[in-house]
Amino acid sequence: MKYKSQKVAYWFFAAAMLLLVLQIVYGFIMGFAHMGYDGLHSVIPFNTARAVHTNLLVVWILLGFMGAAYYIIPEEAQNELVSVKLAYIQLITFLLVGVAAVTGYHLNYWEGRKFLEIPRPLDWLVVINVLTFLGIILATLYKGKKTTTTALVLTMGLVFAALLYLPGMIWFDNQTLDSFFRWWVVHLWVEGVWELIMGGILAFLLIKLTGVDREVIEKWLYVIVGLTFLSGILGTGHHYYYIGVGKIWLIVGGIFSMLEPLAFLAMALFAVAMYRKGEKKHPNKLALAWTLGTAILAFTGAGLLGMAHTLPQVNMYTHGTLVTAMHGHLAFWGAYGMIVFSFITFALPNLTGRKLYDTANGQLAFWLSNIGMLGMTLAFGVAGVAQVYLERKTGLEFGAVQQEIEVHFLVLVLCASMFATGILMFIYEFYRHGSPNDEAIGMEEILESA
Amino acid sequence: MLSKSQARTFFLGGTVVTFAIFLALSWNSLVNDVPRQTNPENLSESVIRGKEMWESNNCMGCHTIFGEGAYYAPELTKVYERRGEGYIKAALMSKVPWAPRGRKMVAYGFTDEQANDMVEFFKWIGEVDLNGFPPKPDVKR
Ligand code: HEM
Ligand code: HEM
Ligand SMILES: [Fe+2]
Repeated sequence: MKYKSQKVAYWFFAAAMLLLVLQIVYGFIMGFAHMGYDGLHSVIPFNTARAVHTNLLVVWILLGFMGAAYYIIPEEAQNELVSVKLAYIQLITFLLVGVAAVTGYHLNYWEGRKFLEIPRPLDWLVVINVLTFLGIILATLYKGKKTTTTALVLTMGLVFAALLYLPGMIWFDNQTLDSFFRWWVVHLWVEGVWELIMGGILAFLLIKLTGVDREVIEKWLYVIVGLTFLSGILGTGHHYYYIGVGKIWLIVGGIFSMLEPLAFLAMALFAVAMYRKGEKKHPNKLALAWTLGTAILAFTGAGLLGMAHTLPQVNMYTHGTLVTAMHGHLAFWGAYGMIVFSFITFALPNLTGRKLYDTANGQLAFWLSNIGMLGMTLAFGVAGVAQVYLERKTGLEFGAVQQEIEVHFLVLVLCASMFATGILMFIYEFYRHGSPNDEAIGMEEILESA
Repeated sequence: MLSKSQARTFFLGGTVVTFAIFLALSWNSLVNDVPRQTNPENLSESVIRGKEMWESNNCMGCHTIFGEGAYYAPELTKVYERRGEGYIKAALMSKVPWAPRGRKMVAYGFTDEQANDMVEFFKWIGEVDLNGFPPKPDVKR
């Protein structure tokens, strides 16, 4: 840490961890419901659990991104954040909106639009909040001494993400149009602008951890985000196959979404190549493990498992089944969950001055959470493929199929327990770092050379 | 070797070109496909009220429609054709959780009028041309 104001990042990360724990609790509720144990139905019906699970997911990831931006931008721009007070206010109000939304979901106050369940009035508060955030970031960049490519790509991702939230707020009478524009948010986020944010964070981490020349890293960053948009924008077509728009999307969406894994492949190759090339042996081994892990699991979950069901001929059968949930879990975790974890692992010692660089607990947290998530992916995958075959191929009735596949949710819950154990250990390590303090300023270089 | 400014040009160029094509294709879908495939003339007030209820109760939090939603309860795109009006209304108006095979649905206890709106919504949904989705089962049991 070089600037006082970077400390605010710590609280964004702490809040993200808290929400992740809640997200997992609601995940278990759904896992058990799928197994046939829906004892909470009258208090927390499945749709409540689901809306809370997925919204908390998006919110904790966004908190992670914001925290990372508040840490990265001062360092890249070589300037303190323009207002720390405003950043704290932004954090608190963001959390308050989240609490209001989640409470609403328990009281049947929501909009049943997958991932965009936040009611419109609250959407406006989100917009104001995000504008505040962007204001702080942009003003800091503007006043800073330098604008690096890394900072630029990260900021571009954040600005576009905010803009793309807007099409999701329009009301349509026609379900086809509703769905059409919902994807401008959901797809263009995860397979577009969030990849810019991820790429920016990844580049920053690689510069710090491997010591490879910034110019080289930032060149490849452009190539990666170039591949992202080249494939991802028209790749939106893979959600337009079967919602009531024309067949041209079968061709356009099919071809371009098949190219989307290239961006993730490039990220994986890039991370590994920079690691090999790097002269610097940074002592924060855990951060390096998470960073490389991110690049690899993002390619697996988003790239490979996305590709597995993206051709129209396949998607016709897998569309809207547990196969989608399989991909959704490893993609969200491998790409966005893990990049946030990588950044936290890198930043905590610098924020607090405690060098918990390579602890046994930290190692265990890494392996338990990742192996647990891979197991969950497998469980969803087996359940999904069985569902596709029985329901879509043989025409067995939905409920009968669900009873056939209940057992896979036992496996899911077991693997989820392993995952959750890893997360709790990670949080314990987080806690052990203590709180951020000014004494840690400038200690990064000393710690690294120690 | 590729230089940084060439890499930047690749990024900017690719983005602008694909985004322009995307906007053009989207425009085409809105102007040509939606009128042809979704029967907007049949979007009666009742259908629209049905859609509002679909949203305000987050039905998508358990079911899918057009294959979008959750995987806890059946796909409803063709539910009107599959079950008919009577069955749907019974499920929606029930005062105790509707629970075929033990998996519970929220007991909405809708009025007759509200249930009719939902049925109209499902009727409209079922008539949208989805390029062949959902697929017909083709393996003999
Ligand atoms: C990190 C990046 C990604 C994330 C976080 C992600 C996440 C998700 C999620 C959550 C869904 C379910 C959406 C819904 O039904 O509302 C989904 C659907 C889908 N994703 Fe991804 N995805 C990513 C990348 C990709 C890539 C690169 C591909 C293709 C190569 C892909 C292909 C698909 C397809 C085809 C569907 C539709 C599934 C269906 O028809 O039900 N995804 N993705
Ligand atoms: C203890 C851990 C977890 C359990 C037991 C769990 C379980 C579930 C279940 C049962 C669903 C609903 C599937 C349905 O609609 O029927 C779901 C949805 C989802 N979960 Fe999790 N989950 C867990 C953790 C996570 C984590 C860590 C992430 C992301 C990093 C995540 C991302 C998602 C997403 C994106 C969806 C929506 C998927 C879709 O609609 O295709 N979950 N989860
Ligand atoms: Fe997508």
